Formats: sequence, structure tokens, C-alpha cells
Amino acid sequence: MPLYLSIIVLAIAAGGIAQPRGGDWYGAWKTFWRGAALPFMLFIEWVGELAIFCGRVARAAVSRPFEFRELLRQMDSIGAKSLPLVALAGAATGVVLSLQTRDSLARFGAKSLLPSVIIFSIIKESGPILTALVVSGRVAAGIGAELGSMKVTEQIDAMEASAVDPYKYLAATRVLACILMLPLLTAISDVCGILMGWVSATLADPISLRLFLNTGLNGVRFNDFLPPTFKTAVFGLIMGSVACFQGMRTVGGTAGVGRATTSSVVFSSLLIIVADVILVRLILVFFPG
Amino acid sequence: MPNSTPNTTPDAQTPVLVKALHKSFGSQVVLHGIDLVVHRGETLAVLGQSGTGKSVLLKLIIGLEKPDTGSIEIAGRDIARLSRDELNGTRKKMGFLFQQGALYDSLTVGQNVGFPLARHTDLTDAQRRDRVRELLSKVGMEGDVDKMPSEISGGMQKRVGLARALALDPEIILFDEPTAGLDPITADEIDRLIADLKKQHQAASIVVTHDIHAVRACADRVVMLREGSVVLDGSVEDLEKSKDEFIARFLKTAA
Repeated sequence: MPLYLSIIVLAIAAGGIAQPRGGDWYGAWKTFWRGAALPFMLFIEWVGELAIFCGRVARAAVSRPFEFRELLRQMDSIGAKSLPLVALAGAATGVVLSLQTRDSLARFGAKSLLPSVIIFSIIKESGPILTALVVSGRVAAGIGAELGSMKVTEQIDAMEASAVDPYKYLAATRVLACILMLPLLTAISDVCGILMGWVSATLADPISLRLFLNTGLNGVRFNDFLPPTFKTAVFGLIMGSVACFQGMRTVGGTAGVGRATTSSVVFSSLLIIVADVILVRLILVFFPG
Repeated sequence: MPNSTPNTTPDAQTPVLVKALHKSFGSQVVLHGIDLVVHRGETLAVLGQSGTGKSVLLKLIIGLEKPDTGSIEIAGRDIARLSRDELNGTRKKMGFLFQQGALYDSLTVGQNVGFPLARHTDLTDAQRRDRVRELLSKVGMEGDVDKMPSEISGGMQKRVGLARALALDPEIILFDEPTAGLDPITADEIDRLIADLKKQHQAASIVVTHDIHAVRACADRVVMLREGSVVLDGSVEDLEKSKDEFIARFLKTAA
């Protein structure tokens, strides 16, 4: 929806509807409609094709034979190799949160709440969304570029000609690996963020790790940790599906591969943010504090 | 024995039978009513200028594209009417050599050749390794089994692509420009390999090319395409003796 609204705004600007010359409102309306309708139709078409693609990948994923070896390879490539990046992003978030909230809380005389604020912020929102966006940058770009270049060099056609379903071997394994690895990476990012949040806090005002954790985790329930962590499986589904879809529909040689790579990252990041809004609302409804 | 004239009578024993095939992309008509037949043990060369739909014809035959109208029968079965599993079953009997080799660049040469074997046969790892070595030695690449595709030349990639296409002992082999972009010596080696394969495997082969030397080296029959239609279907001799102005110009330029 935000994407559509921005498209309309751009179409209005492009159509010059603001200043119809000679009071030609009909012409201006036609220009607006052409400007707004075409991107909208293209967007609807894209969503439809993505849905058909996801359906085909889902069918391929549950039909025999299963590609366990390729799934493990993708889990290593998507999960284990993203670990340093995710750990660093989580650690940096912990430090920044600690520095920022410490100052704010001190103003209200609530400095003792620092561990709780850091831990709650990290496990409920900043850990999951930052991990998803960081991994999306690395993994969606990688999948989009790899599958895009396989498409333009006819490797995907070669696979299909060898009676191997590329939706199973290439797409289903990558999407599943993203779904399985994102919650794990999020948990690791959360741990790194909390630890570095403590390091940052204790450098300013010494506090033992045990006290920090006891204070911070006091009142934290599984409902505060599990739903936000497991919602990243949905982010994994989004990034894996969008990146595979954009990669496997690449046309236009190396320039097309570039476009597939960029669009994989842009669309998956945008959809993750939009999905986060919906998921947070659902979590609040189904797992009330 | 290969026929010198096309016989489009439906026959379950005929490996490839194409009837009234039309294919367009948007407003661009690529194939305009093609009829052709390929018999067991026969090598058919499809000649024509670039952009006349030769590669599209191969992709239609293996089911990577769908025809607008007309039919393609593989061993007597219309591939447009097959389910996905049935189509894959048919594809296992076919080998496809792509124009640029289309090797999987994340796999080694050996893994590329072993890829169809790992998925469609019950061979043990050791048996598969032996089979890969045997296939690679057939194309003179047995020493490069552990190399990545990026570490070998274009001609070598085509040879490995050929070994991969032969992995499942196909009854039909499709070659898309097997000698395009190669030096004359490597092109001659590939032509010789295709001719040897015919003797060894008795497969039905379709060689799409614009290389007249390749046609002379390995074709039993030739189909010449022009603007999506067949302008000649006959023996290599018929091609050479043709009075058609377009064919004469094609042969003169290609010689």
C-alpha cells in the first residue's frame, strides 16, 4: 500500500495535473490515469506472478525427492556465513542502544531501568528487524545475482533439460534455508546485542553481568522472546522468495543480472518492513503482554 | 538407414516428429509452420541465419518453450500434453548441448557431468565417479575432472557440456551451435565427436548450426530455415546442388 501511494504521488507529479493548461481537466485526468494505472497494473502483475512462483516452489518443496544435501549447503551459505555480519550488527545495536537510552533515562531519573530497556528493545524489535535487513542485504543480493546469472547463461534451462526441477533444486532449498536460519541468526544477534549493551553500560557505570541480566530479564517472559524471534521466519520466507523470483525471471544479459540483484534487495527489504508492521500487530493480538 | 526425404507419418518408433509448428514472441513470428522428422541413428542439421528460430526449435523440442500451434511428438507422444513428471521422464531420454555449454559454475567439471547421474540413477558414488571419468575420457577431458568451469576454455566447456548431455545415454541428442565461436581445430574435434557418437549410440541427433563445415562432417540430412519456414529438406548433396538463390548465397558466404 505505501508503495502504491508513493506511485500515485509520483504519477501526479509526472502528469503535471497540478497545473492543467487552458483548463484541460479531461486531458490532465487522462495523463494522470495513464501515469497511475500503468505502474499499478505492473505492481499487481508482479504480485500475481510472485504468488504463482511461491505456489510452485511450495509444491516443489513438499514433493519427492528432497534435496537435503543442497539444503544443507544453502543453510551453510545463508546461515553460517552470515554469522559474523549479524553478530557485528547485533553488537553495534547493543552499544548504540546502551549509549542513547542511558542518557535519556538519566534525565528522568530512571537509570536503573537501563538493562530492561536494552533487553526489551533488542529482543522485541531491534534484534529481529535489524538481523532481517542485514541478512536481506547480503543474502537477497547473493541469491538474485547467482540465479540471475544462471538464468542468462542458460544454466537454469540446462537444469530443466536434465529433468531436474529448478524450482525444487534452486528455489525451494534457498527459501527453506532462509526460513530456518533467520530465527537462529536473530537469537545470536540478540545475545551479541545484550552482551555489548552490558559492556557499554558497565564501562560508564560498572555493573556485573549477572546483575545486569537479572535486572533486565526480570519480567521477561517467553512470549516476549519467542514470537518476535520466530516472526523472522516470515522475513526469511519473504527474502528467499523475492530474491529467487527476481533472479529466476532475469532477462537482458549482465545488465539484467544487475537489475535482478538490486530489485531483490530493494523489494525484499521493503516487504520485510511492511510485513513487520502487520506481524507486530498480530503478535500484540495473539500474545498480549 | 536414414531417409533422404521427410516422412511425417506418425510412428511410435520415430524419435522426433514435428508437425505444423508455429511460435511467436509478441508480434515477432519465429517459426511459421515447421514440419520435420528425425529417425533413429540419423543426424539432422538445421541450417539458417542467426535469428531464424533454430535455437527456439530445439527449446520447443525439449519442452523449455511451448508451441503456439502444431505438435511435437517424442517417441509418438505429444510433449505439450504430457504432465510435468511425464515430460521429465521424456527429458531423461534426451541430451541437450547448449550453445555456451551452460555448465553449472558452482560445480566442478566432474560434478557437472555427474549431476544427471546423481539424480536419475541408482549408481553408487564409486560407480558414478567411474561413469563420469568414462564420459569425460570420451570427450578428451578426463584430466580436468576437479577443475571449475571458469578454469577451462570455451571449447573445453562445450566438450564437458557434451559429456553431460550423454550422461544418461540419451536416445535423442540436441546440439545448439556446437562449433560456434570455436577455432577451426576445436570445431573439427567437436564435429568428429558428434559423428563418432552417431556410430556408437545410434541416437537421433539434431544439430542446429550455421557452420557448413559441421554439416558436411556429420549430417545425414539438412533442413534449411528462412524467416521461420523450411526452404529445403534433403541430403547434404541436395543442399550443395540447390539452385535456390538464398541457399546458394548462404553456402558461398559460409564456405
